[in-house]
Amino acid sequence: MSKTDFDIHYVARLARLELGQEEEETFGRQIEQIIHYVEQLQQLDVDQVEPTAHPVPLTNVTRPDEIRDSLTNEEALMNAPAKGNGLFMVPKIVE
Amino acid sequence: MDCSQSLNSLRKQLLDGEITSKEVVSGFIDRIESVDSNLNALIHLDKESAQQQAQSADEALASDPEAKNKSLIGLPIVVKDNIAERGQPLTCASRMLSSFVAPYDSTVVSRLKSAGAVLMGRANLDEFAMGSSTENSARAITRNPWDAEHIPGGSSGGSAAAVSAGLCAAAIGSDTGGSIRQPASFCGCVGLKPSYGRVSRFGLTAFASSLDQIGPLTRDVRDAATVLNVIAGHDNRDSTSVPKDTEDYTASLGQDIKGLKVGLPKEYFIEGLDPAVKASVDAAVSKFEELGAEIVEVSLPHTEYAIATYYIICTAEASANLARFDGIRYGSRVDGKDPVELYAKTRGAGFGSEVKRRIILGTYVLSSGYYDAYYLRAQKVRTLIRQDFQQAFEKVDVLLTPTVAAPAFKVGEKSTDPLQMYLTDIFTISANLVGNCGLSLPCGFSENPKLPIGLQLMGRPFEETNLLKAAYAYEQSTEWHKTFPF
Repeated sequence: MSKTDFDIHYVARLARLELGQEEEETFGRQIEQIIHYVEQLQQLDVDQVEPTAHPVPLTNVTRPDEIRDSLTNEEALMNAPAKGNGLFMVPKIVE
Repeated sequence: MDCSQSLNSLRKQLLDGEITSKEVVSGFIDRIESVDSNLNALIHLDKESAQQQAQSADEALASDPEAKNKSLIGLPIVVKDNIAERGQPLTCASRMLSSFVAPYDSTVVSRLKSAGAVLMGRANLDEFAMGSSTENSARAITRNPWDAEHIPGGSSGGSAAAVSAGLCAAAIGSDTGGSIRQPASFCGCVGLKPSYGRVSRFGLTAFASSLDQIGPLTRDVRDAATVLNVIAGHDNRDSTSVPKDTEDYTASLGQDIKGLKVGLPKEYFIEGLDPAVKASVDAAVSKFEELGAEIVEVSLPHTEYAIATYYIICTAEASANLARFDGIRYGSRVDGKDPVELYAKTRGAGFGSEVKRRIILGTYVLSSGYYDAYYLRAQKVRTLIRQDFQQAFEKVDVLLTPTVAAPAFKVGEKSTDPLQMYLTDIFTISANLVGNCGLSLPCGFSENPKLPIGLQLMGRPFEETNLLKAAYAYEQSTEWHKTFPF
């Protein structure tokens, strides 16, 4: 099986996923196997084919720009891991 | 109470005054308490809420003449735990959401409530609907009600097991690559994936936004049509929901199917089909002929590329949809020295293996330098698959296939080989890529062990009426829907 360009450590960092050493090894192997499997799509000639992003191509689905009911402050904060003063508490971003 | 009764049979008894909603709900709760600790179909049951809703339903039936017009009044429905119900858990069978409580109702749940349903119990699933066996749940492994050593299918394994084991009147699941139809096939019940855009996705925890649909799992076809009537329809809150009128999906049930053109796609009748599946599906084809249908061989030439296409597209979409789980506004946060470390640790701790694999694969196929070779190419192959179906549907009205190539496999049999697991979806996956409607219903059993076999029917987009009519005609000429594992 030829080597792919897949670097699990790099991609996991892009996806903001911390993996253990064993996970990196196991998942790395498994995902390489899957990448090899999906390579079969290279066999097809798709030069003249339009991509389908969506099974039912609706266009310009809009609604009037009006204020509507939404969640209350309490509802929005209901599942917050950390909250205070009606706000989500987050780690400091700027020094 | 006979827990194997159909939803419509229970409804008739309720309206005739032979039974109360409280008795129906208690009957199912008793059964859940006696069998579900071995089955693990449900991950949450709010008994008090269910009994209160039953009480309200009985009061309404007694005092309000309009109550009987609500098609699900007093009937308990189990909902897959990735579909929001206000005030109830929405764990998606993930550690990430282990203490999450939904702040609002999904559109489907609102519609079920308006139809008078008793929302009873949250069904187990593969984590974030990613899986084909319900083994990826962070909570428990649901067992197949026909044989506990076998899986019930996935990702709506809890919903299918609950219906087939008689724990509820009906259940709601979601289907992205077969997650309603495949467990329905493995558990021996009816599972319907509506056409994409037929049922609102508002309040469904998104896995793959161009593939996901919510649908019913029931003990017979009429029940599925009854539930579809309640949940189908355009929704302003889902911009992918299609503004097409609904119809009464029960209206054509019982009409004959003489002259119906039934297509058998040759790529689905492969050498490797389990002999019991082949025998059951062949017998079903003969039954359709007896009922007056015309059997036509068709071809869907790009079938062999469907799994590869699906696993590029769904993982790409999943990587985007699951980016929201960062421990900031919700989720089980793990602290870090800075926000990026917080995200990585939170997501590393909160997600299970299959979810991580799919996010990583999806991130890869969308990443700079690889997008054209994988994601864009897969979208083009999706077009080719769609064209296959369009051409086939010019010759026939419905397509008939096995739902899965074999009956339910054993717990642990495929869980260490993700690719093997993915390959089990081969017959169901195209319907999601194309957006047409599909249904699985029982058509036989394997022997030693006795496990259900499912027949899949697929219809053109928005032709659920035709699909249900064909399914009903077959069902009523057999006894499979009256066979239960208890």
